[in-house]
Amino acid sequence: MAKKKKKMPGLNTSSTADISFMLLIFFLVTTSMDTDMGLSRRLPNPPDPNQEDAQVDIKSRNIMYVRLNSEGQLWVKDEISSGYVDFNVLRQRAKDFIKNEQNISKWPEKHVKNIDHLGRCLVTDKHVISVQTARDTPYFAYFQVQNELVAAYNELRNEYAKEKFHREFEYLDDDIKNAIKLEYYPQHISEAEPKKYKGVE
Amino acid sequence: MAGFKRKEGREMVEMNTSSLPDLIFTILFFFMMVTTMREVTLKVKFVVPQGTELTKLEKKSAVSFIYVGPPTDQLRAQMGSGTRIQLNDRYAEPREVMDFVAAERKGMVNEGDQVISIKADQHTHMGYITDIKEVLRKSWALKINYSASRRN
Repeated sequence: MAKKKKKMPGLNTSSTADISFMLLIFFLVTTSMDTDMGLSRRLPNPPDPNQEDAQVDIKSRNIMYVRLNSEGQLWVKDEISSGYVDFNVLRQRAKDFIKNEQNISKWPEKHVKNIDHLGRCLVTDKHVISVQTARDTPYFAYFQVQNELVAAYNELRNEYAKEKFHREFEYLDDDIKNAIKLEYYPQHISEAEPKKYKGVE
Repeated sequence: MAGFKRKEGREMVEMNTSSLPDLIFTILFFFMMVTTMREVTLKVKFVVPQGTELTKLEKKSAVSFIYVGPPTDQLRAQMGSGTRIQLNDRYAEPREVMDFVAAERKGMVNEGDQVISIKADQHTHMGYITDIKEVLRKSWALKINYSASRRN
């Protein structure tokens, strides 16, 4: 006589929870939720070896020099004034310089430019901010300068967006954002020594 | 009066825990996905500078790190306390950055997205940073990021 088929006993799964808990705890411990933050910059293209060193002629009114000495002290020079300044005035200095609201003849020249989405504007896109450091300048001083200059640009763009579109810069459409970013207030932070313009001023 | 007499013999119904493993597994998978294992052991110590205009590093797979700072306390006895540059798991010279960039670039889907994040100690002298930047420029790794923490 055939044995009556035994019922298969169910697998005891009560420990699955413990096992998965253990895995969970392992990942909880090893995971690092910290998001990396930083100041994004773009380096200029490498110099072309085939090309004779390109003459970059910049009128001196268009240049603002920002120098950091080995003590980490900040020295700023434009056509109007020069001298050692404190880090927290750099942002305002840079903003005034880039904007040149009253079209002062010693700050960057303004010219009319037709920009998509913005129309005809007076822009100072020929300005250059030249940052120079010594080899033993502390990194945090340099970082502070970069931070303040980027902040100056961001504030200017935001002010312009508010004035023209009555909205914060970040809430504008991407087209308009790019027009402001690349055409109206383009970033010109140079870390190489720009050649001085020696011709007519 | 109506009494609140407990009925005798009523057994407590046990909670059904059969879905507990599934629940835990769900959380587990979440953590498995968001986790990023640190693939290098740090041989330099650094405190990054503080800034206000920071952006988040997106696309983690396209980011390579260069660490700059003095050797960690355990290694200081052998290596001294001068500034060192760490690429992957070892100390390197600035010129080796070029090979490092090329090696990192190889595994990338879109080479144009490559970002080099410089995690440098705030008291590093700029000479080291300038050297690294010069090499990065030569190797066409132009998108860089100065790692920092948010101020206040």
